[in-house]
Amino acid sequence: MAVFANRRLWIAVLAALALAFPLLVTNSYYLHIMTISFIWMIAVYGLNLFAGYTGYLSLAHAGFFAMGAYALGILTVKVGVPFWLAFVLACLFTTLLGAVIGLVALRTKEHFFAIYTLCVGYIIYLVIDKWDSLTGGVRGFIGIPAPADIGPLSFQTPVAQYYLVLFFLFAVIFVMYRLVYSLTGRTYIAIRNSEELALTLGISTMKNKLASFVLSVFFTSLAGALYASFIRFLGPDIAYISVMFDFLTYLLVGGIGTLAGPVVGTLLVTFLSQQLQFLQDYRMLIFGPILTLLIIFYPHGIAGGFIRYQAKRKEARRLEPEANRAAAELAVSSQGRGERHAEEG
Amino acid sequence: MLEVANVSVRYGSFTAIRDVTFSVKRGEIAVLLGANGAGKSTLFRTISGLHKPVRGEIRLDGERIDSLPPDRIVGRGVVQCAEGRKLFPRMSVYENLLMGAYVHRKDKEGIRRSIEHVYELFPILRDKQNAPAGSLSGGQQQMLAIGRALMSRPSVLLLDEPSIGLAPLIVEQMFATIKQINEGGTTILLAEQNAHAALSIAHRGYVFENGTIVASGTAEELLANDDVRKAYIGA
Ligand SMILES: Nc1ncnc2c1ncn2[C@@H]1O[C@H](COP(=O)(O)OP(=O)(O)O)[C@@H](O)[C@H]1O
Ligand SMILES: [Mg+2]
Repeated sequence: MAVFANRRLWIAVLAALALAFPLLVTNSYYLHIMTISFIWMIAVYGLNLFAGYTGYLSLAHAGFFAMGAYALGILTVKVGVPFWLAFVLACLFTTLLGAVIGLVALRTKEHFFAIYTLCVGYIIYLVIDKWDSLTGGVRGFIGIPAPADIGPLSFQTPVAQYYLVLFFLFAVIFVMYRLVYSLTGRTYIAIRNSEELALTLGISTMKNKLASFVLSVFFTSLAGALYASFIRFLGPDIAYISVMFDFLTYLLVGGIGTLAGPVVGTLLVTFLSQQLQFLQDYRMLIFGPILTLLIIFYPHGIAGGFIRYQAKRKEARRLEPEANRAAAELAVSSQGRGERHAEEG
Repeated sequence: MLEVANVSVRYGSFTAIRDVTFSVKRGEIAVLLGANGAGKSTLFRTISGLHKPVRGEIRLDGERIDSLPPDRIVGRGVVQCAEGRKLFPRMSVYENLLMGAYVHRKDKEGIRRSIEHVYELFPILRDKQNAPAGSLSGGQQQMLAIGRALMSRPSVLLLDEPSIGLAPLIVEQMFATIKQINEGGTTILLAEQNAHAALSIAHRGYVFENGTIVASGTAEELLANDDVRKAYIGA
């Protein structure tokens, strides 16, 4: 119980800090970095839902991120759709395309799925890069409007935009939290554990995988649309594979398949690369080994490592009285049975 | 009620099951005896729809189920408890049971009753309901695996080697509980290498070798059959 109360406290403190951040730190550069980090977090939550909880590594998510961003840009600038309508349409369009791609991609498994989605991601990049008349190609896409006012709420200032992005981040975390602790979430975890086992329990794995994939694409496209309206300039490099690997790095460092992972990983990696900025391109020389060590010693990421450590302590405390009792019984009747403790699958 | 007719199953070019025909009557316990590699699990996986047969039909109450996807077959009441107690190790005992009731997920009241029923069959699971499944002993894991299969309220339960790797005393309890489940109205198809214990609770048995049935009969007939005694009972 103490652990649970503790966790709630942590969440409350972090949320309060996030809310107070613009008041505590008035440096506009840091505010900018923080807003961008929140946008990455939303995208990483999308990736986490599918790769972390459902067990399928999608490498097309940078593509979906870029597609959400470009769709918003094209709809507002070229078509002249009002901002918020364009915002919704951009996410819907990307999600719908994600569903179609998912229908095909999910016929493959494991490495084949990863490779297939890698190709999809690259095709999206190529389309953006080469379709000059629509996307501006390598020159980029400019003139995307800032988020339009909603009633009395105006999003013209960086602080207001910070809160807008934070609002969406909170919403995504809330949905993820509810989902993970629901039957649907457990169904995804069951599929990650073993698809065959899930099938023998009567779970339609195809339907569930598709639903998870579509929601995952939706989150990532939402991040893309926010990115477009915050940065207001787009280049094809946001669809490039290096962005995909940034997402993956954030997720792996923070902890794949954990709720806190995307926040922890994104903040830490962003902070570290800021600190190492003076090294310019050489910073990868330091960053690479740190990352490698982390993956070796914390294969479940920082949040994952922490959860495991806590579970172990809890289990030890739970087993203590039992172990004592079992030892006493053994001493009396020496009925030690060779029942194995099965390993985790 | 469950009929397997002229079924053949292949892994690539290797024929694991060749022209197998047998049936399980409603309310019975039928046992499929066979050594390691005989094809018992392959047959179970085929009945569950995880593998498609290259030939033959599988029928439930006269209706073909061999072309249905696995989740629909569970929906029809044919449920398998696979070999090797495959659980969700990080989920609690209770959550594992809930997953078993997936096909009835909208029926909260029914799920509550099923859980109560499973706890009555295996009281230890009630005591451990909040423990992670991975922390249970081998016997308890097997009970949980069977309990989880029962959560879908099967009309035919396929049990693939439930006694494997368990201590003799636990095996005895396990078979007593299987009998109890059967007396509660569930038809059971049991795959076993432990012929003696299995035949002691079964009504009917089939002996499986290299993917074909080589002997069949009532439990008494098989126990009296010299070849069967030599090969599977060692007496
Ligand atoms: N996935 C598979 N691919 C190829 N051959 C398999 C596979 N699974 C089982 N087999 C082969 O099929 C035969 C039957 O195996 P199985 O059904 O597991 O037998 P049992 O359950 O009776 O021990 C064995 O010869 C085994 O090697
Ligand atoms: Mg087997």
